[in-house]
Amino acid sequence: MKILVPVKRVLDYNVKVRVKADQSGVDLSNVKMSMNPFDEIAVEEATRLKEKGVATEIVAVSIGPAQAKDTIITALTIGADRGILIQTDVDVEPLAVAKLLKAVVEQENPDLVIMGKQAIDGDNNATGQMLSTLLGWPQATFASKVVVENGEAQVTREVDGGLQTLVVKLPAVVTTDLRLNEPRYASLPNIMKAKKKPLDMKTVADYGVDVTPRLKVVRVTEPPKRGAGVKVKDAAELVASLKSAGVL
Amino acid sequence: MAVLVIADHDGAHLRDTTHKTVTAAKALSGEVDVLVYGDGAQGVADAAAKIDGVRKVLLSQSAGLKAEIAEDVAALINGLAGGYDAVAIPASASGKNFAPRVAALLDVSLLSDVIEVVDANTFVRPIYAGNALETVQTSEAKKVLTVRTTAFRAAGEGGSAAVETVAAPAAADGTRFIGEEKVVSDRPELGAAKIVVSGGRALGSAEEFKAVIDPLADKLGAAVGASRAAVDAGYAPNDYQVGQTGKVVAPGLYIAVGISGAIQHLAGMKDSKVIVAINKDPEAPIFSIADYGLVEDYKTAIPALMGALG
Ligand SMILES: Cc1cc2nc3c(=O)[nH]c(=O)nc-3n(C[C@H](O)[C@H](O)[C@H](O)COP(=O)(O)OP(=O)(O)OC[C@H]3O[C@@H](n4cnc5c(N)ncnc54)[C@H](O)[C@@H]3O)c2cc1C
Ligand SMILES: Cc1cc2nc3c(=O)[nH]c(=O)nc-3n(C[C@H](O)[C@H](O)[C@H](O)COP(=O)(O)OP(=O)(O)OC[C@H]3O[C@@H](n4cnc5c(N)ncnc54)[C@H](O)[C@@H]3O)c2cc1C
Repeated sequence: MKILVPVKRVLDYNVKVRVKADQSGVDLSNVKMSMNPFDEIAVEEATRLKEKGVATEIVAVSIGPAQAKDTIITALTIGADRGILIQTDVDVEPLAVAKLLKAVVEQENPDLVIMGKQAIDGDNNATGQMLSTLLGWPQATFASKVVVENGEAQVTREVDGGLQTLVVKLPAVVTTDLRLNEPRYASLPNIMKAKKKPLDMKTVADYGVDVTPRLKVVRVTEPPKRGAGVKVKDAAELVASLKSAGVL
Repeated sequence: MAVLVIADHDGAHLRDTTHKTVTAAKALSGEVDVLVYGDGAQGVADAAAKIDGVRKVLLSQSAGLKAEIAEDVAALINGLAGGYDAVAIPASASGKNFAPRVAALLDVSLLSDVIEVVDANTFVRPIYAGNALETVQTSEAKKVLTVRTTAFRAAGEGGSAAVETVAAPAAADGTRFIGEEKVVSDRPELGAAKIVVSGGRALGSAEEFKAVIDPLADKLGAAVGASRAAVDAGYAPNDYQVGQTGKVVAPGLYIAVGISGAIQHLAGMKDSKVIVAINKDPEAPIFSIADYGLVEDYKTAIPALMGALG
């Protein structure tokens, strides 16, 4: 069984976000970029499926600037076998990402796509569902447990109010939630090995997908700042303050 | 221009996130219809018909719709979309599950987590865990948006719209519903509560979380929330997670107990009216946004707070 894992290069989750003074976007110059944490969980899950003998090959694909090569190498370090980088400096929106991924799926014919539920920059939580729709494959989003057997995946999903379990026929698209697994740390030997694994360089034109943004970003601004209030000395003063603030 | 609002409900009760989404829809158009999908959801449809300013309510029922199978829900909405210029969906876990499918079926962008409707083509949405606000403009003929309901007031009651039944779509054949485990609780829902008490990693165990956070929440009539660290460690169910990748809440009062205040957590609660932080570390980042900070060990602070509340 072959698994495709889309991985995105994003601003590291620990980095403080700075909005550019000209309101054109978020300042991404000279800041630490990393693999989207949900995608790390996706690569880890695919790797565990391979270690269990369920999967035979894992292909990582990223759409982004030349530096997204590092993101693919991170995937290869965790356990992917080869990578595809579709290089573009355009800000590709979720629908166009899904169209590119569909084209990749048609060439690679995976049995399963595992991807993040949400990228922590755009926070759209959209691409997996769109890909599933375009392919006409079942979707199982926000997965906290995945069991693959007999051409199906049983997926436990984090939903409003608790958990839901679905069985989807393969091929299917699964998106990861935080509780699915804890990704391993990269070991030095694996980093060395990763650099020797195959990485295909592609362009958007290779897939014939129109990635022209459809949404116009008018401006990006900082949210209203919330300042620190007061420190109270004990519980009694806290209750008195909340009563006078009218919230108790 | 007409807007179709998708109702949010638990099978028996309409959530007020529906009323809030109606408010967002009214900023786009005076012609707002509400779609209720489920099974045995007539009561929910009747409740939706009472929302002020709703033109009509559409009710569609099947087993797949009740199980909220994304393929079925999206197919239903896609079939109705021809009559509308926009579809507005509450940004719940369920809404996020099917909304992108609707957009993909219509070959349009998804406008996710909208917090402000500037005009019929211009929307504001948070990105980067709410650390930046993006104003986007679309020229697409149809709009599909998910609405961050904490940013909108609930539409009032007083309407008397007609309820029409619409046929359910054929069930998706690639997906089987196996079951669900829902957390049953007498407390208010996290998204709708006026007061939220959240616990963090400091609580140390599920037993301690229950022994400390639950009684305080019950005394205040509050919902219970948690940080990701507390959920990951199994102290609280997944559905309690507040934050960038969990639930977004904006109650009148938010009490954070033993939570450090990582940006991912703040993203889910910083629009609360009044924030209280109880943390033994005076340097904890949560204090930088708390209206009232109490630097104390929760082990002494919570019993004292219970006492002071009487
Ligand atoms: C130069 C530049 C500027 C940008 N400016 C903005 C901006 O101003 N505002 C803004 O909102 N966004 C901006 N972005 C981000 C861009 O808009 C988002 O990447 C796009 O909208 C996808 O949304 P998402 O990542 O939130 O998707 P989601 O649907 O949240 O992503 C879910 C999953 O899809 C997969 N995926 C998504 N994108 C890729 C990819 N490129 N390659 C491989 N897998 C992927 C991953 O598995 C991911 O976990 C910018 C990006 C670039 C490169
Ligand atoms: C992709 C991604 C998504 C994420 N999404 C979310 C999200 O949606 N929601 C979320 O919450 N987090 C999220 N996180 C995690 C976030 O970064 C933090 O790790 C998490 O919020 C920390 O939880 P915490 O504050 O409970 O734990 P900690 O940071 O460990 O803080 C515990 C606090 O308790 C205090 N404390 C300890 N003992 C006591 C005591 N006896 N009395 C009083 N105080 C005490 C400590 O001083 C400390 O400040 C996400 C992270 C990533 C990478």
